[in-house]
Amino acid sequence: MNDFFTSSISKFNGVLTTIAIFFVVLGTIFFIAGKFQGKIARYLAIVIFVGPAVLLVLTGIVISGIQTILFSFMGPDSLSFIGLNNYRWMLSDPSIAIMMRNTLLWLLFAPIFTTVLGLTMAILLNQMRRESIPKSILFMPMAISFVGASIIWKFIYDFRSNGTQIGLLNAIWTHLGGDPVNWILNKPLNTFLLMVILVWTQTGFAMVILSAAIKAVPSDIVEASKIDGAYGLKLFRNITFPMVKTTFGVVLALQLVGALKLFDIIETMTGGNFGTNVLANEMYSRTFVQYDQGKGSALGVVLFICVIPILIFNIRSIIKSRSN
Amino acid sequence: MKKSTRVVFGALAVSLVASVVASVSPASAAVNCDPYTGYKSMKGKTVTIFTSILEPELTTLQTATKDFQTCTGVKIKIEGSNQFEALLPVRVKGGNAPDLAWIPQPGLLVKMVATGKVVPAPKAVVANIKKYWSASWADLGTVNKKIYAAPFGSNMKSLVWYSPKQFAKNGYTVPKTWAEMEALSDKMAANGQIAWCGGLGSGGATGWPGTDWVEQMVLREYGAQVYADWVSHKVKFSDPKIQAAMKKVADWMQNPKWVGNVKGIATTTFQDAGKGIPTGKCNMLQQASFYGNILADEGATISEKGDVFAFYLPATNSKVTVPVVGGGEFTAAFSSRPEVQQVQAYLSSATFATSRVQLDNWVSANSGVPLAAYKNPIDRLAATYLSNPKSTFAFDASDLMPAAVGAGAEWKEFTAWFGEGKSIAEVTKAIDAAWPAS
Repeated sequence: MNDFFTSSISKFNGVLTTIAIFFVVLGTIFFIAGKFQGKIARYLAIVIFVGPAVLLVLTGIVISGIQTILFSFMGPDSLSFIGLNNYRWMLSDPSIAIMMRNTLLWLLFAPIFTTVLGLTMAILLNQMRRESIPKSILFMPMAISFVGASIIWKFIYDFRSNGTQIGLLNAIWTHLGGDPVNWILNKPLNTFLLMVILVWTQTGFAMVILSAAIKAVPSDIVEASKIDGAYGLKLFRNITFPMVKTTFGVVLALQLVGALKLFDIIETMTGGNFGTNVLANEMYSRTFVQYDQGKGSALGVVLFICVIPILIFNIRSIIKSRSN
Repeated sequence: MKKSTRVVFGALAVSLVASVVASVSPASAAVNCDPYTGYKSMKGKTVTIFTSILEPELTTLQTATKDFQTCTGVKIKIEGSNQFEALLPVRVKGGNAPDLAWIPQPGLLVKMVATGKVVPAPKAVVANIKKYWSASWADLGTVNKKIYAAPFGSNMKSLVWYSPKQFAKNGYTVPKTWAEMEALSDKMAANGQIAWCGGLGSGGATGWPGTDWVEQMVLREYGAQVYADWVSHKVKFSDPKIQAAMKKVADWMQNPKWVGNVKGIATTTFQDAGKGIPTGKCNMLQQASFYGNILADEGATISEKGDVFAFYLPATNSKVTVPVVGGGEFTAAFSSRPEVQQVQAYLSSATFATSRVQLDNWVSANSGVPLAAYKNPIDRLAATYLSNPKSTFAFDASDLMPAAVGAGAEWKEFTAWFGEGKSIAEVTKAIDAAWPAS
């Protein structure tokens, strides 16, 4: 116990010291920079404010990104160049085809479902009197990590081979007259059952962002269109949705990226078995479990290429909404 | 407001001082330092160990090494992670390697040695290995003819867990031969009971218990040479011998008469698999010696007449004498600081192994440990087989095969074999295809 406290205190002191040093260094830099005036001051400000960010992006993203691309042309130990062999392997291995299909399914269904459900919730809840309560409840799963959420849902989908069933879904299912089902083994239903977990954690997030966007629609426009006879679905289709379209797009794009790099749910629920594997999980398994840096990096590069169009769309829509 | 903050700070300061004082004053009253006279006093030095071993075993390890720490002044800090095998390469690559690591598979040791960061075993460790371990164990810690690591803990996989209480109640007797075991399983089935428990589930490592079952059968049917050739892929998975061994596993663990729901084995976690043994929900589970810890955590008493105990998984072929499949950890060093080498030497000594064994649930293949030191009857049983000179000992094959197979294709394909009814021919073909070309 004493050990625990002393080590915690020394860690705590270490953190405090680091923060103090950080502020002292920053303060000194700002103080010195403040002494400069004129044209130099402007350039100095740019360097001081943008410099650290550029440095972090370079070391954290750009350099490691280039390294990953290089590794994807190398063998398991990143020592010898093997050309396109890793990519050839991806095209020839039948299990990769299943992962590609699953990743595509995730991209097609989970983000759309999350965003549309979030939008519906936002519209419905915005009209409620005490909207903050149901909104908080809906947002709560967002605070749980994917692994935590997966463990919760493991109990929902649970199946016992011999003995009493404890799974919630099987309880409902047997109550309706069915025999207990081993849900996680059930292809291709299992992939969709796993998607439910992502939708459950992400809907709250989509709802909060979209709800804010809907509230930002100027009330005079809404009132004017109501006078012109636009109510309900008509009002939504012609006025509200066009005005929150950009936000809708951004939320959707975020969800697409999230679905593309999804890994935790698969790893926790099935370990990639029973036809549920996706590219990101295979990338982890190849790199860190099977120690094949080459194949892992090649999978990473493919994921990266898949993300690019979504990112371009996202940045474009942000630029467009700003220029408006 | 101000007053209360001052009070809080005052309390903080007092507790700070108190804890510092408490940590400085030694708590040892009467420690016998005689066994540690060969070690140098190195006050204030700390050695970090990274491991896949988790609580409560970490506390037990601290207790076992307490006297050594007090007598030499070297502090041993052990950090356990269930992501050890993924994190160790990351930490070594990132320049954040621990001083020592207990590597649970020789394959990972080879990988780590290839990074050039592993320090060869110092003289004292080499001497201990030669004195206390058999050649087959010493070989496992040797890479490119250089000795790097001494064996640490070891475990025996060729065990079957059962409930002596349930067996007594139902009039079952522990089988001595494979045929007797089959007859017993039939008898249980006739009584309307599930004979065999099974579970492959283990998160990202789902499928590994299946590799154990196949290993048991390959060693039992064909002996050490075929087993070694299978590990080096001279004998392929699609070889008729391996397929026949797998067929024998299927007749056993995929026999619906004996296991009930076959596909459910793929989705049951290995931890949950044996939980029904004490109550007789299922009667037998083939699992390693460590499994007693899991059952004990569930509150089961482990003894010859208790809730659970284990018997030796019988041989199937009289030409292969006492086949034993096992595993273990190896202590690898990433630093050559004198205190690290001293701890390394200590951990490979019979003194350490005996003091650890005396606590509970731990087996060493170290021949310097007297069998009488084992408190736990399961550990004594395992130690008897692990140190038996007649036994045909083989290290867990999936740990020795390339990771793409032993930690990849084999897990995935065996899971599909149980969970999706994939045929043995297809399973073996897929595993052979995943074997790295070089």
